[in-house]
Amino acid sequence: MSKNILVIAEQRGGVVQNVTFELIGIAKELSAVTDAKVEVLLLGHDIKGEVANIVGYGADKVYVVDHENLATYLTDYYVQATVDVIKANQPNVVLIGASSIGRDLGPRVAARLNTGLTADCTKLEMKEDGSLEMTRPAFGGNLFATIVCPDTRPQMSTVRPGVMKKCDFDASHKAEVEEVAVEFAPSRIKLVEEVKECCCVEKIEDAKILVACGRGIGNPDSIARAQELARQIGGTYCSSRALVDAGIMESCRQVGQTGKTVRPDCYMAFGISGAVQHLAGMEDSDFIIAVNKDDTASIFNVADLGIVCDANKVLPLLKEEIAKIAKV
Amino acid sequence: MEILVCLKQVPNTTEIKIDPVTNTLKRDGVASIINPDDKTGLEVALRLKEAHGANVTVISMGPPQAEKALAEALAMGADKAVLLTDRAFAGADTLATSKTIAAAIKNFDYDLIIAGRQAIDGDTAQVGPEIAEHLGIPQITYACDVTYSEEDKTFTVKRQFEDGYQLLQVQAPCLFTVLSTACKPRYMRVKGLVDLDKKEVQIMTRGDLEIEDAVLGLKGSPTKVKQSFNKQYNANKQKIQLDPAEAAKLIAQTLKDKHLI
Repeated sequence: MSKNILVIAEQRGGVVQNVTFELIGIAKELSAVTDAKVEVLLLGHDIKGEVANIVGYGADKVYVVDHENLATYLTDYYVQATVDVIKANQPNVVLIGASSIGRDLGPRVAARLNTGLTADCTKLEMKEDGSLEMTRPAFGGNLFATIVCPDTRPQMSTVRPGVMKKCDFDASHKAEVEEVAVEFAPSRIKLVEEVKECCCVEKIEDAKILVACGRGIGNPDSIARAQELARQIGGTYCSSRALVDAGIMESCRQVGQTGKTVRPDCYMAFGISGAVQHLAGMEDSDFIIAVNKDDTASIFNVADLGIVCDANKVLPLLKEEIAKIAKV
Repeated sequence: MEILVCLKQVPNTTEIKIDPVTNTLKRDGVASIINPDDKTGLEVALRLKEAHGANVTVISMGPPQAEKALAEALAMGADKAVLLTDRAFAGADTLATSKTIAAAIKNFDYDLIIAGRQAIDGDTAQVGPEIAEHLGIPQITYACDVTYSEEDKTFTVKRQFEDGYQLLQVQAPCLFTVLSTACKPRYMRVKGLVDLDKKEVQIMTRGDLEIEDAVLGLKGSPTKVKQSFNKQYNANKQKIQLDPAEAAKLIAQTLKDKHLI
């Protein structure tokens, strides 16, 4: 077994996703403890152009399996290639994005390797003996558990997009690149059609400023004002689960345990009470402003600026105040 | 067609609160429910049964009380229920759980296994795919629509991603994990409740499984909980009471000070 940490890259449509760079970021921190290497496995077709990106974000070594079977995600092919590379290189740790792809791939790979997998980790810590402590939420974020995998290797975990921070891109960083050939057994599942559909033109996880709408402003006037505010200050709007369940907001804008994890420069919560499930998705934002008329709302426990006031009455005045002060 | 539906009894986590004094989960009085995604899985199975004819068996691993969840599934229209319960299974992580359930499933004929995408207590989404791996059958996770063609003996499944979907085809035997958005589960039926007397929950214990002791329960689990804790939030953070005009001014000024506008 090696000391190394293997990140399974996630690509969609031939583009490596941000979560991959975030995983490389945390892998670099972990690898420093045991003087290990950060390795990345890239699976795809005509994918070699993406290698430079992976290297620039800090990989020490990249394994590339470039094959037409891997053009789009299919369980059988991806599991086979991933297991082959893990068996050949025996990493100490395997990190996978906790997306709808990684959460299909991860458990299947872990079961085949007969090892443990810890889902949706929010914190990873490496010990000097190479053991990994993986902290994750359970019971909807009410409880956190630190999990270890003492006897089997690799130690595997999935991490949700947006949880870890990527490093700065360094075009001069160098890495070894190894092309790996895999002999594929036929997939038992046939792809009939693939359709891209995303209601979100804006990705909330990439926004610098987020205007978040909760149940307290769940009326059309206030929602429209919040959206306008987001546009005015160059941000994006997002939502708590309540408004998504009510059909008022699209699910891709949901922040929290069952939605997305965000860490913008500024998170402005209007009429959000702050259930633990919601806090779990936004508490690492750099600066949090909360407006809620209920002074016992738990959103105030994480707010840097907490204002007890009816958000429905504040929103109509904000546009002008911001326009005024922006000119000064 | 023989359909097995895996379901888990879970505490209704949306009702769970933390005891501020002891800092532990207050589970007293919190209702146990069929995990929502699993209940949708049962509904998908029942609809396939109605369209094509099938025997639907629900299977659960858990403490003896989980029989209640299985009774609800029977009242919804499942034909048969199996409860895997034994102290030897206790403390199992996802790998040990999936091996135990897979060992039990080997005692049954099946064309299709359906599980929920994930359970609301653990949120791991791992047991379904791990069962499929142990049984050596293909899996389709995040399924939001399932249809079956009797002519081709083929399932066509809409598989959801964050940014789109795939239409996939697969033949039996296979395993799907379904999203709760796939369809709305039916309520228990009066006839189902009346017929409960005629349906029995089959109990399976350690002795009914051909499996090594070493892979069961806590000691068969590669992952261990080192510690668990509650998140401590600072309940004493400052908050200020303002009228709307003052609030708007302060927010604008703060954004300006932080160079955000």
